[in-house]
Amino acid sequence: MATIEAPVLAPADSISARLVRFATRTPLHILLIGISVIWLVPTVGLAITSFRKRPDIASSGWWHALTHWSWTLHNYGAVIHATGMGHAWVNSLIITVPATLAPLTLGALAAYGFAWIPFPFRDTIFLLIVALMIIPIQTSLVPLLKLFREHGHLNNGYWGIWLAHTAFGLPLAIFLLRNFFITLPKDLIEAARMDGASNLAVFRRIVVPLSVPALASFAIFQFLWVWNDLLMALIFVSDPSKQPMTVRIPYLLSTYGQEYHLLSAAAFLLMIVPLVVFFSLQRYFVQGLLAGSVKT
Amino acid sequence: MEAPLGFPRLSQALPTPVEHPPAVGRVGLRTLGARLQGLLFISPALAVLTLFLIYPAYYTIRLAFYQSDFLFRFTHAIGIANFKNLLTNDPDFLDLSKFHGVNILRELLYKSDGGALLNNLHWVVFYITLSVGFGLALAVLAARVRYERMVKSVIFVPMAISATAAGIIWLFVYNFDPNIGIVNALIKPFHHPVAWLGRPSTVNYALIFAYVWASTGFVMVVLSAAIKGIPTEIIEAARVDGAGEWEIFRRVMLPMLSLPISIVTIWLFINVIKVFDIIYVMTGGGPGTSSRVIAFTMYEETFPNGRPGYGAAVAVIMLVLVAPVMVLNVRRFRSERVVT
Repeated sequence: MATIEAPVLAPADSISARLVRFATRTPLHILLIGISVIWLVPTVGLAITSFRKRPDIASSGWWHALTHWSWTLHNYGAVIHATGMGHAWVNSLIITVPATLAPLTLGALAAYGFAWIPFPFRDTIFLLIVALMIIPIQTSLVPLLKLFREHGHLNNGYWGIWLAHTAFGLPLAIFLLRNFFITLPKDLIEAARMDGASNLAVFRRIVVPLSVPALASFAIFQFLWVWNDLLMALIFVSDPSKQPMTVRIPYLLSTYGQEYHLLSAAAFLLMIVPLVVFFSLQRYFVQGLLAGSVKT
Repeated sequence: MEAPLGFPRLSQALPTPVEHPPAVGRVGLRTLGARLQGLLFISPALAVLTLFLIYPAYYTIRLAFYQSDFLFRFTHAIGIANFKNLLTNDPDFLDLSKFHGVNILRELLYKSDGGALLNNLHWVVFYITLSVGFGLALAVLAARVRYERMVKSVIFVPMAISATAAGIIWLFVYNFDPNIGIVNALIKPFHHPVAWLGRPSTVNYALIFAYVWASTGFVMVVLSAAIKGIPTEIIEAARVDGAGEWEIFRRVMLPMLSLPISIVTIWLFINVIKVFDIIYVMTGGGPGTSSRVIAFTMYEETFPNGRPGYGAAVAVIMLVLVAPVMVLNVRRFRSERVVT
């Protein structure tokens, strides 16, 4: 970055040169700042709307709130209690945490098997998993729902959605983690084995502690994926009192379509978790993205 | 982004697999034990995948050749009737009656009432072009200013939030009431408010732009990392030789970015074939059926309309559309192994 700018910076000694440089770079700044503003405005508008009073929302655009301050938290109270969104927010969390930990655990175990233990047809099975990463969820919805309905009504509780997310997260987990595990130093693992460590011990004491960044990347991905998922929750969580926010918000939309104070507060409650995760763990998130996300 | 990551590798470009050590024990029995352990490690994952991913895919493919009921049973075998119906007799899925075949490409791009399949084609063309265009431009331009990190965060944030939240956000942006919708507020001095999501001619583009907004950050981050991976000597050498900034971009950077660009394009393609959430939230496929896409038809036919066999045929079409990517992935993996 610095090197790209260097030749441009070099002649900026005299005032006239500086002026020329400023003039040539101004369009660049305008363009970048303009696009950033366009990208930011929709989210900011929603956030501001969610803190405005109901009559204000109806009578003037949210941009008027920038000059006429009149904030309220009432919308949040209303949406959390009256419409059951607080409950749905908790449901989202109940669904997301196990549906993140299960594929992480099973995926890490399998990835270790693929990376460090030779067994028959290993590469063929791994190729199959590479292929499975692309399968659209749509090919599984009906048979899985049938399976869940007929075996213990798993779609009435959380088991169905946990299992479905685990299955869909696994190919990516195995792929990402296996590719990270094979980069670990071979000598270290060999040495541990020479000392008589079992595979499970090597996995727990060496591979897992050394792979925290990769494990974190996948965990963040899966967490965001499950938290943000609408389609699978729509099909596999039949009990309305157990549905997550992504499913409840469209219902809110169909019953309170004109109640902008409720809608904006609900959408902001849904967004806040991914935003916190994203801003606090941005580094892992981006690493994971670059290392092989095919799913979003 | 750290430089060592180099070019982004999605599933397409796998790192060169390391040669694996032989099992520790050289005695037959110990080797056998080690091998069994390998199977033991992968078996829980394999069981879950077989039961919840592979078997369902088989079931759905089979169901596509049946008429089914609300219990999803194989009621009547009807051969390829579902597919035939979808492609020739279902105007909501594919409607070619409004095409005259004079200039097919033009018509495909300008007419927006050709059913879910052609709507999805619009998505493929415009969503991918705009996302890659914006993402590339931002990656290249942001690298030249000091506030690069800030620009990148702003563009990337929509990537983290759900399509449901993005849908609500854009319902506000496109709202008919100029006191709610900023687009109609901006055109107010020149034009009457437009129901962007209520007209068949604008609804698809309005949805596509909302989704471009959500996906550009991904393209930008991947391409930005790739740009950082280009050796600075190469760019400096071109500059010393008197190349202008545009020439450097066109002749030096762009060729070096072709692999990452093709990778994000494939990723966007898979994503756009599966697009569902944002349409479900924002329009429900409407007005009428004019913003339906393939994945939406699959949901609509299977669940609200109660025709699982018909829906399964749509799912199979989705599978066929992404299958080339599957083959590509496996090929790349194979060829890299051969090289090792």
